[in-house]
Amino acid sequence: MSAHAHLHAPVGGPLWTRPFRILVGVFAFCALFFVYRFAAGLGASTALNDGYPWGIWIAFDVVVGTALGCGGYAVALLVYILNRGTYHPLVRPALLTSALGYTMAAVAIHFDVGRPWLLLRVPIFPHHWNLDSALLEVALCVMTYIAVLWLEISPAFMEKWREGPPGFLRRTSEKAAPIVDKALPWLIALGLLLPTMHQSSLGTVMLLTGTKLHPLWSTPLLPLLFLVSCLGMGFAVVVFESALSSGVLGRQRETPMLASLAGIMVPVLAVFSVIRFVDLGLRGKLGLLGTFDLYTGMFLIETLLFLAPAFMLLSPKARNDAGNLFRAAMVMILGGAVYRLDAYIVAFRPGSRFAYFPSFAEMMVSLGVVALEVILYVVIVKHFPILSAPGAEAAVRPARA
Amino acid sequence: MTAVDRRTLLKGVAATGAVAASGIALPALGRVAKVAPPDAVGLLYDASLCIGCKTCVVACREANDKKPDTKLSGGLWDMPSDLNGQTKNVIKLYKDPDSPERSYFKAQCLHCIDPACVGACMLGALQKREYGIVTYDPFFCSGCRYCQMVCPFEIPKFEWEKLAPKIVKCELCNHRLKEGKQPGCTEVCPRQAVIYGKRTDLLAEAKRRITENPKKYRGQRKGDAPKVYGETEGGGTQCLYLAHVPFEKLGLPDLSAEPVPQVAQAVQHGIYQGAVAPIALYAVLGAVVFRNRKKQEEAPPAGPGGGAGGAK
Repeated sequence: MSAHAHLHAPVGGPLWTRPFRILVGVFAFCALFFVYRFAAGLGASTALNDGYPWGIWIAFDVVVGTALGCGGYAVALLVYILNRGTYHPLVRPALLTSALGYTMAAVAIHFDVGRPWLLLRVPIFPHHWNLDSALLEVALCVMTYIAVLWLEISPAFMEKWREGPPGFLRRTSEKAAPIVDKALPWLIALGLLLPTMHQSSLGTVMLLTGTKLHPLWSTPLLPLLFLVSCLGMGFAVVVFESALSSGVLGRQRETPMLASLAGIMVPVLAVFSVIRFVDLGLRGKLGLLGTFDLYTGMFLIETLLFLAPAFMLLSPKARNDAGNLFRAAMVMILGGAVYRLDAYIVAFRPGSRFAYFPSFAEMMVSLGVVALEVILYVVIVKHFPILSAPGAEAAVRPARA
Repeated sequence: MTAVDRRTLLKGVAATGAVAASGIALPALGRVAKVAPPDAVGLLYDASLCIGCKTCVVACREANDKKPDTKLSGGLWDMPSDLNGQTKNVIKLYKDPDSPERSYFKAQCLHCIDPACVGACMLGALQKREYGIVTYDPFFCSGCRYCQMVCPFEIPKFEWEKLAPKIVKCELCNHRLKEGKQPGCTEVCPRQAVIYGKRTDLLAEAKRRITENPKKYRGQRKGDAPKVYGETEGGGTQCLYLAHVPFEKLGLPDLSAEPVPQVAQAVQHGIYQGAVAPIALYAVLGAVVFRNRKKQEEAPPAGPGGGAGGAK
């Protein structure tokens, strides 16, 4: 336990810096649209329609958002299953972004559904669960996973509260910490199982749209492709976030560790692309790539965005170049995001009578949710031991010789 | 990154792939397509008989307590552009710009035998009930609109303008059937262009009309043999169509006989049948995490980050 205290430390420093004030200002502006959505209804505030019932609140906030929240999943997989303890300093920051990312996705859902007050019925009416529904599985898994993520990250909060002034928080932390510590392996396993389930199910969700989803995307392997893409995005987010926090919050760079992490991204990216092409071949749809239209174009862009970072990170030297690593992670995040947006919106074809482009209010709500996430992230890392402590870096040597 | 790391990872990914692939391939054969209940009822709409009087549209409004849609007519008369949040039944006109070919088309829920919407709905707000009618219960609807995403016929509509919106779709006037009446639309049709009955009877009648008049009716595309749309499409529907123009012109999609939800649900059930796979995976993950944690606790903290790894 004491070894752990050296690993993580609060960033500290003043909270109300200039960038933070701007961030809060952005959020306040977007919050107006939160109100507008509920005051005016979905018809007035969104560009959604009967042909495109799902827009960016689902495709971006939930489908891309939770994939960006897979940092915790990806790192936990490395640390606890592949037993790479080296990466342990990355676990807490990754878990925090995951917890925040998933929580914000859950917030966004409440803007999107027409009758959000009835979402509560989903967990409390098990006798009404439709076990055929992939969406139900996603909903239940995400709800549970959010709880698991906050429990997994709770030791970081309790670590601080235990040393704080006597009171409710301190008493609770002292009592709860050993319990959470005991339960942690089972929580960790649950934290690995749940994303495996619902990230793949996010693929199954679109499989049910049948012929309405363009054949370049619609494949029985959608669940697998969604799973692999969330892992790739998860790793990339960890790299991205770590580089950003070292730049913005002035933390020490974790480049050697990130470089070895990047080495794992290469096969993941390659596997994704290989699966896609093999699948197209097996389904006899490779010929579709010969037609030049929007769909072929998007497919090729996705493929490029997945393969480019793999090439960028091919050599160990390139992986140790912090700037290159950061850029590769950005491309990879972009690739995953484009793939998911395509599968949910662009490649979805309800017929030529319908069109969709997000309204200003939709974009502001999505932006507001992201702003809120960043605000919470900054507040938490400044006050709680989440990021790796200065000096801890030296003790943790990279696995690569 | 060491080669060992990557090899382990590749192995992991390959294993996942193999599991996923077998999970998909095997049960796909296993999922049994649903069949129509013996008392299944439906509609038969013969486009060649319809004169486009729209009496059925009015009758539908009265039967279902829906106000006329006057948005397009500037508040003057009922003029729905299509099915929408207040219109469960609509007559559309198809006109070929290059030939005199024209036809009316009645749009309403087709009441699939194996409906995608019912498979999609989280709490079963959409369900197939008596006579195989796909019904809607707003009490269990969170307004997620997944049913709209999956319907191949674009039938379920949403009350976009309302603050407590519901899904709106034809429920074959099941409230009237209980009173021994017909659906609103079939009751008033002056030409019997749309008739109500048991699906088996309607199908026989439709086939009789084709046999009697094979030249009059059409298939999916131009030149195709005449067919009854809905006999097999998307696993079959309880509402059937006959037309004197190709069905694709009327906006009816070219669906195979495979039920729309067949593949997706085979995949879903393949992975989750009896919750065996998730439980097994959880047991394996739990065991591995436990073992790795123990190993790290026992190992001297000399290894790179080893001590820290276990002591979370």
